[in-house]
Amino acid sequence: MMEILDILVSPNFWAAALRIATPLIFGVLGALLCERAGVLNLGIEGIFTAGAMAGWMAAWLGAGLWGGVLVAALAGATFGLLHAVLTVPLGLSQHVSGIGVTLFATSLSYYAYRTALPDVTSPPRITAFQPLDIPVLSDLPFLGTVLFQQTALTMLALAMVVVVGFVLYRTPLGLAIRAVGDNPAAVEAQGLSVMALRMGTVVAGSALMALGGAFLTMSAFDAFFFGMVNGRGWICIALTVFASWRPGKALLGALLFGAFDAFQVRLQTEVGAFVPGQVFLMLPYLLSILALVMVARKADYPRAMLKPYFKGQR
Amino acid sequence: MIRFEPRETVSPLLRTGVPVAAALAALALAALPIMAAGAPVLQAYVLMARGAFGSFFAVSELLSRATPLILTGLAAALAFRARLWNIGGEGQLYAGALAAVAIGSGAISAPPAVMIPLVLLAGALAGAMMMLVPALLKLRLGADEVVTTLLLNFVVVLFVQMMLEGPMKDPMGMGWPQSEPMADAATLPKLFDRMRVHAGLIVALIAALLAHILLARTVWGFEIRAVGENQDAARHAGIPVTATFVRVALFSGALAGLAGVGEVAGLKGYLTADLSPGFGYAGIVVAMLAGLSPLGVVVAALFIAGVFVGADSMSRAIGVSNYLADLVVATSLIAVLVSGLFVRFRIRLVGPGRRASAGKDTGA
Repeated sequence: MMEILDILVSPNFWAAALRIATPLIFGVLGALLCERAGVLNLGIEGIFTAGAMAGWMAAWLGAGLWGGVLVAALAGATFGLLHAVLTVPLGLSQHVSGIGVTLFATSLSYYAYRTALPDVTSPPRITAFQPLDIPVLSDLPFLGTVLFQQTALTMLALAMVVVVGFVLYRTPLGLAIRAVGDNPAAVEAQGLSVMALRMGTVVAGSALMALGGAFLTMSAFDAFFFGMVNGRGWICIALTVFASWRPGKALLGALLFGAFDAFQVRLQTEVGAFVPGQVFLMLPYLLSILALVMVARKADYPRAMLKPYFKGQR
Repeated sequence: MIRFEPRETVSPLLRTGVPVAAALAALALAALPIMAAGAPVLQAYVLMARGAFGSFFAVSELLSRATPLILTGLAAALAFRARLWNIGGEGQLYAGALAAVAIGSGAISAPPAVMIPLVLLAGALAGAMMMLVPALLKLRLGADEVVTTLLLNFVVVLFVQMMLEGPMKDPMGMGWPQSEPMADAATLPKLFDRMRVHAGLIVALIAALLAHILLARTVWGFEIRAVGENQDAARHAGIPVTATFVRVALFSGALAGLAGVGEVAGLKGYLTADLSPGFGYAGIVVAMLAGLSPLGVVVAALFIAGVFVGADSMSRAIGVSNYLADLVVATSLIAVLVSGLFVRFRIRLVGPGRRASAGKDTGA
């Protein structure tokens, strides 16, 4: 019991939790933006993969780390645009389009990687983002380790929580985005374009998702592996419901998830001899299902989510 | 501007022709990535065609690859008809394979006439149970089945890995995480000598026929279609919506489970954690290409199998990555989704000041 307590108060543990949470913060923010505008984006798993591959590849080709991040965001935005065109003006099934975008973005990423690097046996590495070690701040007790020895992308993720929250709740644009996912006819009555709002939001949300992928190859690791996204996108979709589509709660949900994951890794070293490793690997997926089930009954989905809207429709 | 005018009637030619055109368009688009890889485009297509049906061996490979795709395609088609989003075909396939191995690799010994039906039943049951969980989570607790089925795919594969490294590991497997081989009596016979196509194909074809009859000719089938078209209207009409969802979930899971049985009992002979290269996900594409029609699934599965087998063979010959196949599969899903617009709507270019009066404007 004391040991568990020791883990929970250790700054290293929370630093790991935040590290694990980082891609999920990006992913959940992206997913909640899309859904707030009324569009479920199941392309997320593929967009993660595309962001991971494109960002890493750009950095590897010499674009620099931030160049890579930009390329990842652009790749995400491009696949987001595809999903947006299919689901908003064309009004096609958001489920099927999302799965299509995931399959397309994943296979295109894999194909591009294989084509660019046909003969490699071990994946080439880049110099990834390093912990910032901000002077003075990183020497603070506890918070110094947890917050200020992270990489720049984790900082960016935390900043995006504030930015997305601010935009959604403190700007006219945010008001319009929230309205377009709840009552598009009312937005149109205000003289705003439902189509432009929805498409723009899906593109921006998809760019955010791709940053989650970029974190994997450019911060958490320094190389691209097949299958490395491993369901993180789907986990984000579950966490979005858990977070009631709120950026603050998204951060909380991702952190809780990260804490749990960091905890199970430490637990594994304690009881790993008696419990097969796969049990621990299953936990994140089971936990996501549990998180979804816990809130499902009272989940307040954006009312116009999944519903295409055509101009002049009442 | 572009106007979408809903069609009053859709001719059968249009209904079948448009998805075919979409699939061919996706195949044609593959020229771009082939070019990007710096390979000769025409030769690549010739090699793909030859690899898919250029010889008796190629056709056998095509059919053996189509077998699981027919079954996962049916699983998706049936579920989607009721608007139950079963994206968990991959997990249900593995559940079916695991059950088949658990029963068929020596736990029970009986003649083939007993063993084969038993193994098929076990796999179908395991797949069905695997889909029952997300269906009940949806119906009882309101948890979105898209997310739960997707996440369960990962859980099942990890569970299979755990079993293969633990209690179900083959002691004679040279340390590889694989199951003991299926007993001879539990093995689906090969259809031709020295060819890999096996009796699972017959099972898949019968399943397609039964699914067609179920949907087109039975009360249950009518209820499935009614729930899929309008759940509220179906409920008002006195259709047992919940029971229909449970039923369709069980059927759907069972079909995907059978795909897993075929792969272990017909093709591989034992279970490994990389049994399926994504048959569950490809099944969704098969179902969509087929317009969710069970008989169409057979044709669509042959197409997708041809893409996979052809690309594999082409890849071995000229070194273009066989991820090309996945790319074509993904492109055909998007193409068929878009092509649906041409089936449902008449698409007209309308110049300014020349607005047609007929048809409802649904915007563009």
